[in-house]
Amino acid sequence: MVVDKEISPNKIEQILETVCDPEVPVLTIMDLGIVRDIKINGEEIEIIITPTYTGCPAMDMIAMNIRLALSENGFHKVTITSVLAPAWTTDWMSETGKQKLKAYGIAAPNKKFDIPADGVECPQCNSLNTKLISEFGSTACKALYQCNDCKEPFDYFKCH
Amino acid sequence: MENKLIDHILHLADTTLILAQRNAEWCGHGPILEQDIAITNISLDLLGQSRNFYQYAAILIGGDTDEDKLAYLRKEREFKNLLLVEQPNGDWGQTILRQYFFSQYQYLLFEKLQNSKDEQLAAISAKALKEIKYHLRWSSEWVVRLGDGTGESRSRMLKAIDELWRYTGEMFVPAAYETAVDIISLKNEWEQKVKTIFEESSLPLPENVFMQTGGKQGVHTEHLGYILAELQYVQRAYPNSTW
Ligand SMILES: [Zn+2]
Repeated sequence: MVVDKEISPNKIEQILETVCDPEVPVLTIMDLGIVRDIKINGEEIEIIITPTYTGCPAMDMIAMNIRLALSENGFHKVTITSVLAPAWTTDWMSETGKQKLKAYGIAAPNKKFDIPADGVECPQCNSLNTKLISEFGSTACKALYQCNDCKEPFDYFKCH
Repeated sequence: MENKLIDHILHLADTTLILAQRNAEWCGHGPILEQDIAITNISLDLLGQSRNFYQYAAILIGGDTDEDKLAYLRKEREFKNLLLVEQPNGDWGQTILRQYFFSQYQYLLFEKLQNSKDEQLAAISAKALKEIKYHLRWSSEWVVRLGDGTGESRSRMLKAIDELWRYTGEMFVPAAYETAVDIISLKNEWEQKVKTIFEESSLPLPENVFMQTGGKQGVHTEHLGYILAELQYVQRAYPNSTW
């Protein structure tokens, strides 16, 4: 007798929780809100993802890491589809994700600083006495800041 | 109909690719580290946009075409980019002014394209628009800083205007394939925005300049050939090589 093994979306989600953003490795792709949908059809799994930034070089690697993680767990019939609309926004980042960012030393996106300006909270000492050094940081998604109190430089994950 | 759309998508792809390539020439040469990073970030955004356009064009063309073939194996006369974006970097002022002229245009254009009837064109444009806002703010601030800066920075901006203004008219002369949006209608607003920034920078708006055209039809200035020679070198020297 053949027993159909049902693939549960929960199981897939748990596996995707282990796939991290290569450039901000404390965030999983679930934290970032890159995974838009999981479609299961028998043995076939389709993962719908959306890029954060248009030119984000991490997207190809993320797609490959999704494939690897699923394959390691015995899921081999995987299609990864990238969609552009609706465009990704930092609003989709989870609260856990924002906390993890701060713990990692990156200020989380904040609607008050939709346009980067002085005063983003320092992730090290929580001071608001900070200055914007450059709207463009080490990766497309970040701006560069310095804290006037603890003097530490830090990245701010820009609103998008 | 289909061919018109393909040509339009290729025009958008080529324009963003060539400006990405030009801006990337600054990598490691920017005046200060933060600005080196800024111009190369902008380059990366533009490269991402061009990839989206080439990927879409490849789907429309069909067969075994892909984004790499479109970028690496087409010849100079097949490239449909704006003349403006192929102009040499010159000094920092000239690069800034080229970026500002383009970002101001791209912002107005993509605002329209994001409502295009073509869903993929609309999606690519809506996504890119978020990044273009940053490019526009950054480049316009730099135009003001240099125009209203020292005697030296001002004289360099005047020279940059003299070099680049003649290539701005082409943006608003529609090619036969540009039917997705009425680009003539963007001209007035673009000029108004530039006028505002120039007034803030104490820079004069040129008048009665003969405008160069041809890029959209594949007739380029002498600079594009050199850009492609470098950009396409590996694929030409080692056909089908991959990373
Ligand atoms: Zn601090």
